[in-house]
Amino acid sequence: MSTRHILLGLLAGGPSHGYDLKRRHDERFPQARPLAYGQVYTTLQRLVRDGLAEVDGTDSDGGPERTLYRSTDDGERELAQWTGEITPPAPFVTNEIFAKVVCAILASTDPADYLRAQRAAHMDRMRELTTVKTAQGADLATVLSADYALSHLDADLRWMTTTAARLTTLTAEVDAA
Amino acid sequence: MSNQVPLLAARGLAKRHGRTKALRGASIELGAGEILAVTGASGSGKSTLLHCLAGIVRPDEGSVVYAEQRLDQLPEKRLSELRRTEFGVVFQFGQLIPELTALDNVALPLLLAGVRRGKAHERAGEWLERFGVRGQEALRPGEMSGGQAQRVSMARALVTGPKVVFADEPTGALDSLAGEQVMTALVHTARESGTAVLLITHDAQVAAYADREVWLRDGVVSEDATALEVAQ
Repeated sequence: MSTRHILLGLLAGGPSHGYDLKRRHDERFPQARPLAYGQVYTTLQRLVRDGLAEVDGTDSDGGPERTLYRSTDDGERELAQWTGEITPPAPFVTNEIFAKVVCAILASTDPADYLRAQRAAHMDRMRELTTVKTAQGADLATVLSADYALSHLDADLRWMTTTAARLTTLTAEVDAA
Repeated sequence: MSNQVPLLAARGLAKRHGRTKALRGASIELGAGEILAVTGASGSGKSTLLHCLAGIVRPDEGSVVYAEQRLDQLPEKRLSELRRTEFGVVFQFGQLIPELTALDNVALPLLLAGVRRGKAHERAGEWLERFGVRGQEALRPGEMSGGQAQRVSMARALVTGPKVVFADEPTGALDSLAGEQVMTALVHTARESGTAVLLITHDAQVAAYADREVWLRDGVVSEDATALEVAQ
């Protein structure tokens, strides 16, 4: 999972500081491992170094002074490229697909096109695996290994289909947060 | 599909069942020897589409062209002959004749086509072998497992050497291993004999046996997964 892209996604709605980014990440991706503060600040510094984010002043809000960060134009382009990029269809990819869907919504783009393309890539991979396992003379280890991958890709597909049917609700929920 | 003339092509199919519009302008093409999966949610019109394409029911509107013949306009007698000789159909629950043995069930389409009994049984035995159910000839459907019965159904669908096999949720009533064996047997046999297969399924793992997949949504066929937005 790409923390830098997720932070860019969270910055898509406007400037934010590290503590707030960590809190929003943990709320938005409840099944993911919580982000460590150190990882948030290190990643933000790398984003600034690479020109994808920049410092946008400070905010004290009655407490200690905190540095605000915002995404740059390059950062927005980088995020758009990542959210549209097909994730290689391997077993257990749902979390990354979910992250891309949420980040696309945060960046006010429509994730439906991405989901369609990702689904097509999954089906292509499932056809390849089915061809491998049904080839004349395929040994049982090959068949079982292909079955393992097929079962996981099928689970991803079902998740994508359900998610696609719920995009309107998800968009409203993400936008409201 | 390639640019070649399709073996089977339907345009603008519409079909009502009472007040329900099962098909609302569905168009689809199947190439010779192609294995095509039609997927979609329950109630999307998949089975009605299969029935129209196989000449089992006539559409209210639209055309079905098979090998340059308008199926929707053919007289019933000619349509019946075509279904017997050029098409094979497999349903979710086999629909074998319960009183007949496996061998007689498979031989039946040949007997109806006028093939002599001995020859029909010989060919039926060969097809049972191809589907891995040799040795089950004397069993009646009630004495077979679901997977065995479905393989017998497939042998019956292919015994006449059809150009197209229509399979409506052929693994829907089977466990995953039996389903895999049935699909593998169908795909191998279809590829060997150059038979086109129109495969109706809601299961992505079954659709992955096909060369291509189209979606049916609200009675309309779409390429790829454009039905995603409304899929439940």
